[in-house]
Amino acid sequence: MTNTNDTLAPGTIGRRRAAALPEQPPQLWKSVKPKKAYDIVIVGGGGHGLATAYYLAKNHGLTNIAVVEKGWLAGGNTARNTTIIRSNYLWDESAAIYEHSLKLWETLEEDLGYEMFFSQRGVLTLAHSVSDVRLKRRNLYANALNGIDSEWLTPEEVKKLVPIINISEDVRYPVHGATYQPRGGIAKHDWVAWGYAKAASDLGVDIIQGTEVTGFDIRNNKVHGVHTSQGTIAAGKVGLVAAGHSSLLANLAGFSIPIQSRPLQALVSPLLEQVLNTVVMSGAVHVYVSQAHKGELVMGAGTDAFNSYAQRGGFHVIEHQLAAALELFPIFSRAQVLRTWGGIVDIAPDASPIIGVTPVENLFINAGWGTGGFKATPGSGWVMAHTIAHGTPHELNKPFALDRFLTGHLIDEHGAAGVAH
Amino acid sequence: MSEISFIFDDNICKGQQGEPMAAALLRSGLLSITNSTYHSRPRGVIGLGVEEPNALVQLVSGTQESMRPATIIEVAEGLNARSLTGIGALPELPDEARYDKTNRYVDTLVIGAGVAGLKAADKAIQAGYQVLLIDDQPGPGGHLRHLGTGLPVALRDVLTNNKLTYVPRCTAVGLYDQNYIVAVERRSDHLGGAAPAGRARIRVWHIRTDRVVLAPGAFQRPLIFANNDRPGIMLSHAAATYVAIHGVQIFKRAVVVTVDNQGHRDALRLHQAGVPVQAIYDVRPAAGGASVDAAKAAGIPIRFRTTILDTVSNEEGTLQSVIIQDLDTNEIVETTADLLAVSGGWTPIADLATHIGIKPKWSEEHAAFLVHHGTDQLQTAGMLAGDFGGDDDPAVFFGPALDDEQARHAYIDLQRDATLHELRRAVGAGLHSIEHIKRYTTIGTSHDQGKTSGMLTIGALCQLNINSQGGNSGLSPADVGTLSFRPPYVPVPFAALAGRERGPLSDPIRITPVHQWHVEAGAIFEDVGQWKRPWYFPKQGESMEDAVRRECMAAREGVAVMDASTLGKIDIQGPDAAVFLDRIYTNMFSTLPEGQCRYGLMCKADGIAFDDGVTTRLGKNHFLMTTTTGGAAGVLAWLEEWLQTEWPDLKVYCTSVTEHISTIALVGPNSRQLLQELVKDIDLSKTAFPFMHSRMATIDDIRVRIARISFSGELAFEINVAWGHARYIWERLWTLGRPYDLTAYGTETMHVLRAEKGYIIIGQDTDGTQTPYDLNMSWVVSKKKEFIGKRSFRLPYLQATARPQLVGLLPENGEEVIPEGAYITELNAHPDEHGKTSHTGFVTSSYYSPTLGRAFALALVADGLNRMGEEVAVPIGKKVLHATICDSVFIDKENIRRD
Amino acid sequence: MLYIPCPHCGLRNETEFHYGAEAGVAYPDPNALADSEWAKYLHIRANPKGWLAERWVHFAGCGRWFNLWRNTVTHEIGPAYLPFTEQPKAPGNIGQEGPKA
Ligand SMILES: Cc1cc2nc3c(=O)[nH]c(=O)nc-3n(C[C@H](O)[C@H](O)[C@H](O)COP(=O)(O)OP(=O)(O)OC[C@H]3O[C@@H](n4cnc5c(N)ncnc54)[C@H](O)[C@@H]3O)c2cc1C
Ligand SMILES: [Zn+2]
Repeated sequence: MTNTNDTLAPGTIGRRRAAALPEQPPQLWKSVKPKKAYDIVIVGGGGHGLATAYYLAKNHGLTNIAVVEKGWLAGGNTARNTTIIRSNYLWDESAAIYEHSLKLWETLEEDLGYEMFFSQRGVLTLAHSVSDVRLKRRNLYANALNGIDSEWLTPEEVKKLVPIINISEDVRYPVHGATYQPRGGIAKHDWVAWGYAKAASDLGVDIIQGTEVTGFDIRNNKVHGVHTSQGTIAAGKVGLVAAGHSSLLANLAGFSIPIQSRPLQALVSPLLEQVLNTVVMSGAVHVYVSQAHKGELVMGAGTDAFNSYAQRGGFHVIEHQLAAALELFPIFSRAQVLRTWGGIVDIAPDASPIIGVTPVENLFINAGWGTGGFKATPGSGWVMAHTIAHGTPHELNKPFALDRFLTGHLIDEHGAAGVAH
Repeated sequence: MSEISFIFDDNICKGQQGEPMAAALLRSGLLSITNSTYHSRPRGVIGLGVEEPNALVQLVSGTQESMRPATIIEVAEGLNARSLTGIGALPELPDEARYDKTNRYVDTLVIGAGVAGLKAADKAIQAGYQVLLIDDQPGPGGHLRHLGTGLPVALRDVLTNNKLTYVPRCTAVGLYDQNYIVAVERRSDHLGGAAPAGRARIRVWHIRTDRVVLAPGAFQRPLIFANNDRPGIMLSHAAATYVAIHGVQIFKRAVVVTVDNQGHRDALRLHQAGVPVQAIYDVRPAAGGASVDAAKAAGIPIRFRTTILDTVSNEEGTLQSVIIQDLDTNEIVETTADLLAVSGGWTPIADLATHIGIKPKWSEEHAAFLVHHGTDQLQTAGMLAGDFGGDDDPAVFFGPALDDEQARHAYIDLQRDATLHELRRAVGAGLHSIEHIKRYTTIGTSHDQGKTSGMLTIGALCQLNINSQGGNSGLSPADVGTLSFRPPYVPVPFAALAGRERGPLSDPIRITPVHQWHVEAGAIFEDVGQWKRPWYFPKQGESMEDAVRRECMAAREGVAVMDASTLGKIDIQGPDAAVFLDRIYTNMFSTLPEGQCRYGLMCKADGIAFDDGVTTRLGKNHFLMTTTTGGAAGVLAWLEEWLQTEWPDLKVYCTSVTEHISTIALVGPNSRQLLQELVKDIDLSKTAFPFMHSRMATIDDIRVRIARISFSGELAFEINVAWGHARYIWERLWTLGRPYDLTAYGTETMHVLRAEKGYIIIGQDTDGTQTPYDLNMSWVVSKKKEFIGKRSFRLPYLQATARPQLVGLLPENGEEVIPEGAYITELNAHPDEHGKTSHTGFVTSSYYSPTLGRAFALALVADGLNRMGEEVAVPIGKKVLHATICDSVFIDKENIRRD
Repeated sequence: MLYIPCPHCGLRNETEFHYGAEAGVAYPDPNALADSEWAKYLHIRANPKGWLAERWVHFAGCGRWFNLWRNTVTHEIGPAYLPFTEQPKAPGNIGQEGPKA
């Protein structure tokens, strides 16, 4: 499905009338009460959990599945993220899984029969110093070998693509160039989750909201079910896909994972006439911005320094981020912060996810996507479904096994700085 | 007050200086101010303040802020604005206004200068506290301002008490942990052209307080009925205020619809101001109280058990008549009216309280969510705490039953054009959580952030009998959910939040004492962390390549000088300093004799190299450590962490001296001779002053410490001198160096020189995954002692055989410098069926070496140390370069030149 | 912007501090540990929902490390204490913490 709303060529500035969003389907998903037992219980009804359930049903023909969500469906990070999608990661292992995901994105709307405003408007990643350029160019060469579209743009080329960007030499950290992934972009987060939920529900998956998993029925090191706020649900296999709460659930199942949960914030402006048709990221100065379909600027901020489950962060993080944004985009001066919010991101020591088996038989985990897992939603669901269905990881998630922390084979995706969307 | 003129949508309008723009527009007869965003329906002012969903304008004068409600813009001479259809525009002109920030600590902060806020302030003053009182309106009084009654005398005195600071036009936008409040004060827009030059337009207040009192008042609610969006339909309190206080005389026939006594009070005000009120339609079966009696006494007809069902417009789309329904008989009557004043009850402003997770509680009696909070740190007062003052007795009612057709034009969120119909569709699609419904319908996401629509949504869900579990639960909003909001309370311009952290102030700029000299010498700088470092020094007409070649040759064949002052320097003292360094560095330092220097490498506990540098033993218990420029702060923090949290028994003291000691590197075969001209008190000869030794010396009465350290392989001296003397020493060298053709060089040349010698740069030749072994530096790993990271070398993956290892690369074509970061493959590598080509490493550093007369590189290559002499490929786009793996030391393997 | 009680300097804004995760994880004798135990020391830190005793350093002030009880859900701040001193009792229920097995 092509994006009908992106009528502007990349980089053109112009007035645009608000286009109403397409109507939602009359039926999304059925909310049901839990049955006594399922073949598979997925803990966590975020994008990844829902995608896992969908691919279990679709790719593996398993439909006696429940997705158990403690709050409202996809109300965690799925509902809170800035939706940047790209696959131009540095390490081969990461590039492979994110590229697999991007390929799935490219046909997802057709596959699910659901519009998600997936828009491949391109993602720019800016470099601001000589060493930053070196790092970004390495990334570019790595991508080339991995068959991932990625280009190097000079500051002037960046300006051509994004006319409102300030490439002058006078700013504190001038733009030295950028990598550009044309196939990157954004999508509408809620609709992605709802699309998966609807498709899974249509295939017979039970979606259970308002039900918190509080423990596990583990006997002889094998999981037999989950205890929930609505009683115990028996399960042949259980998948933990509970971003933000992964380490708590692992602890309940009797093992530890190297995850710290941190607040990550974002903000939006009111609707504005179109000024930005490309996603712009700058790790060095902490700017992550796109202009969404309706016209609001969507910006990611940094993580707070401390562990938290409060889903809110400090305002100084936002202030700092806006100062940097104005350096890059002086035109944003009169834009306004309409709303800020925070999510809880699970961060692993190497900033890479953990997907695979656990020390408990038939219990599988998918965690640690940190600040950048939205883009992985389809790919993550795909390999998680495979892992659960077969009891062993898919080729793509083998490197992301929990035991990499024992062997020391980390996949360090910290990049130059801070948040990796 | 003086009359001024301003421009709205290119028309000249008259207004009273300082009055709300909405009042002036209404007085001029402008009922339709704009069209709605998606449905293009005419819309007019409905409210009094920040809750206004319709009357959004873009400022064309002044700073041209993108979107503001006309209800809160104070008109001033020269003001120019245009209407918006819910979509703002960002002007390209630079924003010349100033924005600043202030940080305050106060005993007590009171938010809201209405009666409740003023009383709370008074109480706090009586208790002996300093009080800061902020309010978003131009003057104190809150609600009373809309009534036109002055403040009671007692409260007027509060304002002049010297323990109180009162700040008008200052809106608290966020409440954060531990009583941290962010407020935004608008300081100059209301003055128009008369604003004093240089005054900050907006000031952001960061307030920390022991006690905060929330007394923000309440917004009046509209009702949901068919065609409830027509210009001429207003909140009753707003309508009465515009008419009675601002002299709006455009209405000929009013109808009031109400659920509480507020409607009666507003009807009376309208009536007394000369607007005939046809009737008050009150949803309640009966009502009493002074307000009702007064309306009755004034002769306004009151019809109980009736409410508004629908409206009809004239050709302009503004209100022409209203359709009233009798709730008992369902009978319908149509009455002409050009003003429909609606009182749907009050919604106290719970925004700030919910920012920190407080959940408002439903009060059936108040028909409102309230926040009763009374801790030492946080209190609520006034309407938020349920003190509604009057005799209201509201009904819990959000609108009449509507059929599907009516629901299509029954707006819940006017700005988003979101209707009851869409809300019903959302529910029909299986959504029950209010969060889902908001997202499905977009209710509450517009400029006003659901200030009026949030409660209506809850109300509408009650009527649909929907609670969050999807069951039937009766009608109480308490079952549906509660209000919750996210900061900021009102939209805040990016510029205000950025404040003055712009341009050079966006991040500190660190410069060396010789910086100005570099500038005058025409250096091109690079940013290294916060530092500005000379990258190279081009002479007239020289390219970077030319300059770097010249600089390199000077260092290798003559003498060259570099400002290395940015190197991190840490002074380490104490009886256990040597033991400490043994634990920190992978190699031994306790054996280092006094007056000598040694290169050291440190790892994190995971065995990965993270910083390096030369450390000098100045005395038995005294070391001077150098670190990488970018790593200095991190290394000091690392040392402190171990000392304080693991090894408190060690007596060691670390002090950052980066900006106390400046370092000048004098490099090249002629460096000794040149320096000896300047240094008379010590002998610099090879035998008297061996390599890796350090000596105190004097240059023109200035004490310096000279070390024979070389990061290039050449004979070299590092002169360490107090920061303030560095420029002098530099200039002395420069003058004396003229006959030697002394050449200044920058970081690029430094990189070439060190790479020729195979010296690594942490962060360039490493990427956070290398052990010292990977860097071919097993010589720096002590077998005799424990140090941080050592244990990790035994982890399976860290001792795997085919890890990437640091090697040299010689490109087949010596004229072609391989791009840094390029990946290395086997010679005949081809993409597999997925388009992927496997690789064997990547190029970390790559330059043209004028000394070698060819290009060369350093690279991390899998098992590279065992592959000397093998040829590999480096694909660059469509081109494939070839190169041969070699040792990483390209010149002077025997270390002869450094002496 | 948390308000953090530095034991040496008093209450200061969070931006003056750096975070150091779970408190009380002593550096073990590396050679006494199996790979899995060593890996645990390297990578596993408590991440409870509720009260957490954690490390902070007042880097822009006195430069000293200290420990602090803080609630990761409400952001309430509990008592601060110096390294190598007795840990005060948690101000409330400590959340799920550590493996149950
Ligand atoms: C502000 C912000 C910006 C971001 N920006 C981007 C971006 O631009 N691009 C990108 O790729 N990624 C981004 N991310 C990261 C991305 O959102 C996450 O990595 C991803 O959403 C995580 O997977 P998920 O969708 O399954 O998580 P979630 O949506 O958080 O789902 C996890 C679910 O598990 C549920 N749960 C937890 N515990 C239990 C329990 N005990 N029982 C039952 N259910 C439970 C939760 O309620 C939640 O719904 C951002 C994140 C944030 C917070
Ligand atoms: Zn301190």
